[in-house]
This record gives sequence, structure tokens and C-alpha cells, in this order.
Amino acid sequence: MPNKGVPVLDVKDLKTVFHTRSGEVHAVNSVSFYLRPGELLGVVGESGSGKSVTMMSLIGLLPSPPAEVRGGRVLFDGEDLLNVREERLRELRGARIGFVFQDPMTSLNPVFTVGYQIMEPLRKHMGMDKRQARVRAAELLALVGIPDADKRLSDYPHQFSGGMRQRVMIAIALACDPEVLIADEPTTALDVTIQAQILELMKDLRDKLGMAVIWITHDLGVIAGIADRVMVMYGGQVVEQAPVKELFGNPQHPYTRALLETIPSVTGERTERLHVIEGQPPILAAAPSACTFRARCVYASDRCACENPPRLTVGPAHDAACFWDPATGQPRNTEPTHTGAPNAG
Amino acid sequence: MFTYTVRRLLLAIPTLLIISLIIFLLLDLAPGDPTAQLPLTIPPEVKEKIRQSLGLGEPIHVRYFLWLKQFLVAEPLHVFDNLFGTHFADGMQRVISWQTRSPVADIVAQRLPQTLWVVGMSYVVGVLIALPIGIISAYKQYSWFDQIGTFISMLGFSVPTFFTGVLLIVIFAVNLGWFPSIYDTTHVVDSWDAFVFQVRQMIMPVMVLALYNAAQISRFMRASMLDNLGQDYVRTARAKGMSEKVVVLIHVLRNSMIPVITVIALGVPQIFGGAIITEQVFKVNGLGQLLITAIYANDIPMVQTLTFIFAVLIVLFNLIADILYGILDPRIRYD
Repeated sequence: MPNKGVPVLDVKDLKTVFHTRSGEVHAVNSVSFYLRPGELLGVVGESGSGKSVTMMSLIGLLPSPPAEVRGGRVLFDGEDLLNVREERLRELRGARIGFVFQDPMTSLNPVFTVGYQIMEPLRKHMGMDKRQARVRAAELLALVGIPDADKRLSDYPHQFSGGMRQRVMIAIALACDPEVLIADEPTTALDVTIQAQILELMKDLRDKLGMAVIWITHDLGVIAGIADRVMVMYGGQVVEQAPVKELFGNPQHPYTRALLETIPSVTGERTERLHVIEGQPPILAAAPSACTFRARCVYASDRCACENPPRLTVGPAHDAACFWDPATGQPRNTEPTHTGAPNAG
Repeated sequence: MFTYTVRRLLLAIPTLLIISLIIFLLLDLAPGDPTAQLPLTIPPEVKEKIRQSLGLGEPIHVRYFLWLKQFLVAEPLHVFDNLFGTHFADGMQRVISWQTRSPVADIVAQRLPQTLWVVGMSYVVGVLIALPIGIISAYKQYSWFDQIGTFISMLGFSVPTFFTGVLLIVIFAVNLGWFPSIYDTTHVVDSWDAFVFQVRQMIMPVMVLALYNAAQISRFMRASMLDNLGQDYVRTARAKGMSEKVVVLIHVLRNSMIPVITVIALGVPQIFGGAIITEQVFKVNGLGQLLITAIYANDIPMVQTLTFIFAVLIVLFNLIADILYGILDPRIRYD
């Protein structure tokens, strides 16, 4: 349920670089996006497109070295997260910004009880004592649909199944009622039925609690079912951004179109081979000065090799970083859009 | 856990019996003669009589079972008698050293404190040094601290104790004169000054052994910490807003200690085995030195008893290591 308002998170020109032995790798290149309160923003892209790194950069979760957030601005509730002390970041992490990670099998500490791990942020951020935290932890477990919550608090992670562990992770992320929840491929490691359960749960929780969610995935089917708005990333850049219906109905960027074509159809004639996007995603040793997708793009022209396309407005609340216009089959001529938040109101 | 422990203890009985048999057979097979060091003027018939009197005339299985009876029945009963003033063990033959003609257990009891003080202390000091070094080295991997730590560990691990021991003696006892060069076992601690002297004479042997122990354990600790620092749950802990202190010293350390505790527990029996070389260098007449002299003198009851005590300790501490493992790691359940 997207409701208009001042964005809770506003990211501008975020740049992250990894220092490796073979030189620099530019993983996030001038990424800008915003997140409105209560909105579910889907982030898609293939592995290595910078989805996770972008979100980790926001909140200082990347190990540094090798990572270095080189520039940009991350406004969260009027505060630039790239310019605050580590101590302040810690106050926000887990309290007002929650995380759910990909692999629930390894994301929980195996030697502490589930209860202890849920109670940790409660005691640190909410100043609860042990008893209050335990009561709240049991509520949280019940909220994410774990039966017999009170008893299961003293169980260890290995006594839970994968799906149950992911529920525990979600309970931890939600412990302090965050305004933003960043879910980094939360269903990738789960089998399909459990995926569906977790998706249902997340939808339900968002309706109940009203937090904004950033949902990172490479599963377009998941995005179609859950997101309000979608951001497609490639080569550490946002290449297309649109409301979910618009994106699936009217994709503008060749990469998005190619991604959508890779989804096998369950109806109609079975294709001989699954569609793939030929080629490999780029590894950027420098900030891109040309379109990063041109090597794999069938519509690439000379301009793509000498100029990195800016994000151009192509429809209402819809922008794409491409010179080619699928409607006309010709290069388009539009002014660059503002890529940040729209004005409130 | 309890039934597991009981089962393991019961299983230890046949294990130890087999070990004792192997030790006994090996010592019996080894060349050597307890009368070999007696003067050549003693005629062979007399030597033979001496051998007979030591019980060597009996067949091997008789000797083995006699030793078992002495060690497992007579010795514990003696201890019991001494504690409670009873007379159960009267007339029972104890395990007697061929060198000194006194009960082996009494000699061991005399030597044990020296070994425990010096070697045990060095182990404690070594562990206490090693754990923080391992933790910091891993947390600040490839920093100057880690590089120096790695270098010193390599030195401590590869330079033998007979070299570091002598080096310390040359520097601190001969040139600087800070510490005595040999350990005085007869020293009695009855005043503050005596205590200070005891500490001073302990410092060098303890340091030599501690360096070696710390080198080993700090590497284990570092490796284990590194294994865990990259785990996903560490990222989760950070994402929860936990401070670095909590992340490292609670989340990572608890996991990292699991293998390290096992290594530390398995190292404890070595303390009782003494540090033969270091004890020689500093003239600490502990168990290591006792074992060496007993081997030279073909004192089979002494060697047999000491070796068997080490075997018992090794079996025991293996069990303790396994139990600690089960306590520290909730994923391991033995029942």
C-alpha cells in the first residue's frame, strides 16, 4: 500500500568501490533512489549487479577495507547516514532499519538460543530488561507464525527448519518496529512452498506494521506479486525504475525486456531452450563512461559506447537509462530526469 | 549427556586395560636388564637371584596380573588407609621402584608438585597470553600486531626449548643476574621473601614453556576466530546494531572457543608428562626427569606406572574435551 509522503529513505549518487588485489572494482555507481513510508520497493538484477552492495553501503555493513563508500548522500529521516558516527549507525541498525538476509541456515548464531538473539536488539535499543524482552520476543515469534512461541524461545537455531529460521530472522528484524526493512533475497535459499509462506507473511506484516520494505531478489515472479515499485539494477547502476504494473507491462530498458523474456511461460508452446541473456555482466574497474549493457544489447548504437545514458523519464514515475525507445525503435530525445524523490504532497 | 559420560567412562576401562597390556609387553620386549648397572664383580648366579627376587622369573602373564593387582588394588587401598587410618592394605605388595626400593607412588607424589607448579603454571600463562593474542590477531588480520604475533609464534613454535632455555639463562641469570639459573626443588615457601624467591626461580622455566604453549594455542585461536569472523551470523549481529565488542567477544568468541577449548583440554595431560627437556635445562626434578632416569636405569615398574598414569590422563582429558565440546556447542548432543 504505497502512500504518498516524504520519503523515509532518500539516496543520491551513492558510489561504492572495492579495493582488490587486481585494482578497484566499482560496485555501485551513482545509484539514486528513494523509498516512501509503507512502500515495498523491489530491487532486481542478476548476481553481481550491485543490489546487495548498495543496500549494505547505506548502513555501513560492508567490511572496510576492502569496501569504500566513496560518495553520495543517504538521507534517513533528515540525517545523512554517510556522515554520521559509527555509534549513531549502530543505534539505527536493528532499531529503525531492520535486515533480513539470504541464507537463514547460517545467518543465526548457532550457539545462542533463538530467544537470546531476538532479545539482544530489544535490550540494546528499547532498553528492556530481561523479562520484558522475553515477553516481547515471544510476541514477535507468534507474530511471524511460529507455534508455541514461548517454549521455542529457548531452542537453538539448529532445532528450526530453514523456513522457520527465516521467520526468526524476520522476527529479529522487526523486533524494534523499524521504519525500513531491507530484505536481501530472503526467499532465495528456501524451497518454493516455504517461499510462498514467507511472501504471504511479509505481505501480511507490512499491512499490519506499515513499514517500508526494500526487497532484493532476482526472482521477477516474486517481485510481480509483492512489490509496489521496482528498480532494475545492472552494472552497479539503476537502469530502470517504475511502478510494478508499468514495469511489467511496458518495460523500456533492453535489459529489463531481456530479463522478462527469460521467464519461461507455463502456458502455450514449450520453447526448445530457455531464453538467456547472452554474455557476462561487466566487472567495472572504473566508473562507467559508457553504457555497461551495450556489449549484450541488440539495440546498441555508437552513442552507447561513448556516453553513459542518464536516467530518462519515459512515463509517469517511470525512468530508464537508455537512449533507445522501444515504441519507435529510434533513439529517444528526452531530458535527464531528476532521480531523487518527488516533492511531497 | 550424563548417560553418554557414563558410557564413555565404562568404555574407558577396557581401553585402559589394553593400553596397560601394550605398555607392559613393549617394556618386556625392550632390551635391558635391571641388574646391568651392577658391578661386574657380582657373579652371574647372584645377579640371577636378584632377578628372581624382582619377580622376573615368573611367566609374563603372571607378572602382568601381579602388576595390575598392585596398581589397581594395593595402591588405592594404601591411599585409603593413609586417609582414614584403616588397615586394608596391610601386607599387600605395592609397586616398588627397582632403583630406590621405595614405592613408585610415593616418588611420584614427591615429584608431582614441581611439575604442576612449573609446567602447569606455564600452561596457564601460555593460554592466558595466547587467547587475547589470537583474538586481536584475527580481528586485525595483517595489521602490524598480527604480523609481529605471527612472527613470534613461529619463533616460539620452531625454536626448541633447550635453546630458548639456555638463551634465557645466559641473558637473565649469567649476564643480568636477575634470576637463579637452576630451580631449587627443596625451597620451602614460608615467608614473603621465600615466596618472592619461588616466583623468581619459576619465571624462566615458566616463560620458556609458556612461549611454546602460547605460540601453538594462539595460532589455533587466530585460525578459529578468522573462520568465524566471516560467517553470516556476524553480519546479522552487526545488522542488529550490536557494538563491535559484543560482536567479537560474545558472538564470534563463543563459536571460536569450541575447537580451541578442545585443543587446550587435550594439552593438559602433557603437563603431567612434564616437559622433559625444560626440566633438564633448569634442573626441575619433576615427572619428566623422573621418567627419563627410570628409563635409563631399566626401572620397569616406574616406567610402567608413569606411562600408564599418562595414558589414564589422556583418556580422561579426551573425555573431558568431548564433554566440553557438547556443552559449548548446542548442536552436539550425545544422547
